[in-house]
Amino acid sequence: MTGKNKKNQNENYIRYVHSFDPPTQHFKNCFRAFLVGGLICCVGQFFRVILEQTTSLSGDELASAVSVLLIFMGTLLTGLGVYDRIGRNAGAGSIVPITGFANSVSSPAIEFKTEGLVYGLAAKMFVVAGPIIVYGVLAGAAVGVVYLFL
Amino acid sequence: MQTIRFKNMPKIVATGTIAGPKECAGVVGKYVDKTLSDDTFGESTYEKAECKMLSYAISQTIENAGKRETDVDLLVSGDLLNQIISASFAARDFETPFLGVYSACSTMTESMAVAAALVNAGYYKNVVAATGSHFASAERQYRYPLELGNTRPPQSQWTVTGAGGAFITSANEENRVKNTQKNAEKDAENAPAITFATFGRVVDFGITDVNNMGAAMAPAAAHTILTHLRETGRSVSDYDLILTGDLGALGSRILKDLTWEKGVDIQPNHVDCGEIVYNVLEDEFQGGSGAGCSAVVFNAYIYQKLQKREINRVLFAATGALLSTVSSAQGESIPCICHAISIENV
Repeated sequence: MTGKNKKNQNENYIRYVHSFDPPTQHFKNCFRAFLVGGLICCVGQFFRVILEQTTSLSGDELASAVSVLLIFMGTLLTGLGVYDRIGRNAGAGSIVPITGFANSVSSPAIEFKTEGLVYGLAAKMFVVAGPIIVYGVLAGAAVGVVYLFL
Repeated sequence: MQTIRFKNMPKIVATGTIAGPKECAGVVGKYVDKTLSDDTFGESTYEKAECKMLSYAISQTIENAGKRETDVDLLVSGDLLNQIISASFAARDFETPFLGVYSACSTMTESMAVAAALVNAGYYKNVVAATGSHFASAERQYRYPLELGNTRPPQSQWTVTGAGGAFITSANEENRVKNTQKNAEKDAENAPAITFATFGRVVDFGITDVNNMGAAMAPAAAHTILTHLRETGRSVSDYDLILTGDLGALGSRILKDLTWEKGVDIQPNHVDCGEIVYNVLEDEFQGGSGAGCSAVVFNAYIYQKLQKREINRVLFAATGALLSTVSSAQGESIPCICHAISIENV
């Protein structure tokens, strides 16, 4: 807090309010995340098998093609207004896979389209995913440095 | 003294309300003037929809009062969006002087109290007080994009899509005669009057969780309600209803504890607009919130109960959380306010 009552936090009240916090249902949350996350992985694997049989792609090319398809699926489901409903129930199960990343980029893009294609859609597109990219790159670089000396 | 008494008893002769589909599935559905089937209200953005809803609520209030736009001396309004754009832009549609007010979700009681004070003093005869909010525009300003697949914490509330207005007028003879000619029901003499207003203090108990507005606002509500009761010498039983704005289920529970600690039991007469507005089915958790919550519930549901004299004395204490996204990002706690007005059939 600012101002003359800087130390005016009511510790008792905060403790009392926390006593109402509902307990986190770890088992239920983990189970749902496992189920949905696993399902998304299965869909990815399904794409991989199909692509392997129908195209001449192999190895890393296959992995990239599958990622592209999953990103497309994530974005499509976001546009159809389905992904947020999945996310509400699945939690990390639908946030962690690459479809979740697609969702975090496409949802602000849809939301801020009303402010124009440049200052709205394009500028606000990374409002959620930006930190993931920044710290992802930073962590990657740090691991790279460690790897250099090993 | 925080409480002022309106001895000329400004009357609320009419109200006008509009609400979204989710809200109208609940308790207010039967009482609102218009139910939106589509929450964009035919507009291209949610902000424009919010503005149009507010504009509709104001027009409907004037129409329900049997008046013309030119009869209105002043419009007092505010909303939740930055720079209160919905209210200011809605005021653009009217040839009426406009007074913008802001106290977040307690804007309804603040604007009604200001309107009543101006009417009581005799400066103006007809004043419209209105406010509204929209789920999608509030979500975008305060939280995340709508389509983002995140989870909502169980303490969270759901911003009400809706707007409401109240037509506040002086109860003098001339007005009464004019009204009776037009519509006997809208006789100003029989309309509910605003008798007291208690302007609240900003209270902050150090809650920083922006998803737990109920807990942040409950101390402000308790302070204003207790101050009102003390300064007017009234007790809880003098009121048929103590109506808080949008504390939600959890906030209401905390309010009851806080007042109980001070030796006042509001339990039997207390109702919270946010707690009753939704049939909690999906992710509303603690209930409704937003400026539109108290505006719709009071002006539609409670006002008609007052008109039918099913209840006769209401203490309407809407609460507001005076935070911004910037202040919470900088780790500030949530200062809250509660303005109360007493509305009676006299």
